[in-house]
Amino acid sequence: MNPIFIVALHQAGLPDDSVGELISVAKVIDPSSAPTALACGYGAELDSVCTSLRPMFREVWKLANEHFTGSNSEAMREALVAIVPKGSIVLLAHEHFGLDLAPGLSIKLNASYVPDVIAVEEGLKLIRQEFNGQFSVRMECDLSAGAVITIRPGCFKATSTASAEGVVIDKSAAIPTMTLHRRYITTIPAQVGDVDITKQTVLVSVGRGIQDQENIGLAEELASVLGGAVSCSRPVVDAKWLEKSRQVGSSGATVSPKVYLACGISGSFQHMTGIKGAPFLVAINKNPGAPIFQFADIGIVDDVLEFLPVLTERVREVLAGKGAAVAAR
Amino acid sequence: MNILVCVRRVPDPAENEFRLNGPRTDLSRDDLVYSINEWDNYAVEEALQITSRLGGEVTVITAGGEDDEEILRRQLAMGAQRAVLVSDEAFVETDARGIAMALAAYAKKNHFDLILTGVQAESGGAQVGGMMAAMLDLPFASLVTSIEALEGNKLKVAREVAGGNKEISEMDLPCVLSIQTGINEPRYVGMRGIRQVASVEIPSMDVGALGIAAAELQPKVERAGYFTPVSGTGAEMLSGDRDDIVNELVERLKARGGIPA
Ligand SMILES: Cc1cc2nc3c(=O)[nH]c(=O)nc-3n(C[C@H](O)[C@H](O)[C@H](O)COP(=O)(O)OP(=O)(O)OC[C@H]3O[C@@H](n4cnc5c(N)ncnc54)[C@H](O)[C@@H]3O)c2cc1C
Ligand SMILES: Nc1ncnc2c1ncn2[C@@H]1O[C@H](COP(=O)(O)O)[C@@H](O)[C@H]1O
Repeated sequence: MNPIFIVALHQAGLPDDSVGELISVAKVIDPSSAPTALACGYGAELDSVCTSLRPMFREVWKLANEHFTGSNSEAMREALVAIVPKGSIVLLAHEHFGLDLAPGLSIKLNASYVPDVIAVEEGLKLIRQEFNGQFSVRMECDLSAGAVITIRPGCFKATSTASAEGVVIDKSAAIPTMTLHRRYITTIPAQVGDVDITKQTVLVSVGRGIQDQENIGLAEELASVLGGAVSCSRPVVDAKWLEKSRQVGSSGATVSPKVYLACGISGSFQHMTGIKGAPFLVAINKNPGAPIFQFADIGIVDDVLEFLPVLTERVREVLAGKGAAVAAR
Repeated sequence: MNILVCVRRVPDPAENEFRLNGPRTDLSRDDLVYSINEWDNYAVEEALQITSRLGGEVTVITAGGEDDEEILRRQLAMGAQRAVLVSDEAFVETDARGIAMALAAYAKKNHFDLILTGVQAESGGAQVGGMMAAMLDLPFASLVTSIEALEGNKLKVAREVAGGNKEISEMDLPCVLSIQTGINEPRYVGMRGIRQVASVEIPSMDVGALGIAAAELQPKVERAGYFTPVSGTGAEMLSGDRDDIVNELVERLKARGGIPA
């Protein structure tokens, strides 16, 4: 079969969690495969990445070049096109770097491209999702010239570190000299907000279904009686109804509350990936087919604008009743 | 600065409850309400803001069928100066690469300083922009959340990366950028504006006119059927009247530490 390559993301000298997941994908695609790691970077940090990758791969191809600073996908594509053999299957994680690099890489390798794969079925049917997770679809792809496939993070169980005792092969000399038309300058960290949603026990999280900035007060009241805070999905931030620091998801914060109330949120993977630690997840959505009901513990089909005030009132009563009971004792 | 913006007409997720068709090869398309892909609306707005600062024209293009013209008209009403429809039967069968090829062919025949796409459309592929850039040998950046023109035919571009951090780069023009939601606040387009452009002639061409042979649009990647996902166990749905549901939910919240016991 086609040789399999894995683009090994890394941070601070350590391989990313996605690397183990991609090894698992390679094993599903071809159980007899011995995938090769492609490690792009430079300096001592890259050396330590390569060392950490050795137990996981038979071969680790080291690609060192100073142009790779800031994960410059233009530079990495130039290098990969020169180095990856024709007909290969290249696996990457479907995140901000993967979706920057992969589509163009597939064109330059003349390979098929299948983005954001969540499962692989027998006969190399690649499963992905459309319509924001409402439907899954089986994809068939022509492998005659190889393929570039990005895999959604967290969908495959990582292959635990084996002792492959692989060799590091330095391929840097094969990287062509290049003139970059995209040059990395710097990275600006996300702004810190008034409330730290990553530290809350209870989050009342609002999505586009809250419909208007004015209605966010309904969620704030509930959050305040529950002693929690309000967080949100991306469209709420895009509309400037709440600050960016309140956004949960792949391009926002990762939260791990005990209770997460999703109010008018459809349940896209970019949102769900920001919810960790298996909280008690309650979804209130007027559409019974909303994907959020696939993830939630408790589902309620209702209009959030009508449901939230009733819930807030009831919680108030319960808490007041408790207060009264204590006072009466 | 002349800007080409690639736009796509998609079933509106807010206006429809999607169902699959009988053979599960597509959505059931009867009576669907369509709108412009959310990301593309931000891309057109961004192009309009750039040209209002720097001069130049905005052209919107879509690859599809005759029905897709309505989306171009909407973007003309929004302020785009020109619209082009690439309409061809071949698009029914082709894949994202085929769409990118058609759009790239148009871009090549006409001069643009900047090409914008949305990050992704309804299939969540996030691929057409990056493919076009590679076909045109132009620099590319995805997930763009701000664009600033610099001296010397360059842009300063911010990309949104993990955790909401921003990666800043400098890019040479011409280039291709995929635009992320939230980059601006798209202006409102009313029925009145759309009526005003109702009689504007929108040129339509097929892929042959772009110099592409039908065989080149043969898909490399094909759909072999849709299904409804079963992820996790599915929620326990609370039913009954609203008061009963609220009481039940309060009990559950107490048990799970959501309400102080
Ligand atoms: C690269 C990238 C990064 C992204 N990062 C993030 C991220 O970090 N966080 C994030 O959230 N998204 C992110 N997104 C966007 C994501 O793909 C979805 O578009 C977004 O999460 C949808 O938000 P939503 O569920 O609020 O809106 P929608 O998907 O529009 O859902 C709204 C829901 O509200 C329901 N509803 C409407 N009215 C009512 C009512 N009155 N009562 C009850 N229910 C109602 C509807 O049935 C629907 O299910 C990202 C996208 C990309 C491409
Ligand atoms: N048929 C099309 N016509 C014009 N532009 C398109 C078309 N399909 C996709 N695009 C553009 O490519 C972007 C990404 O779409 P996709 O790669 O399908 O997720 C969209 O936001 C559009 O800007």
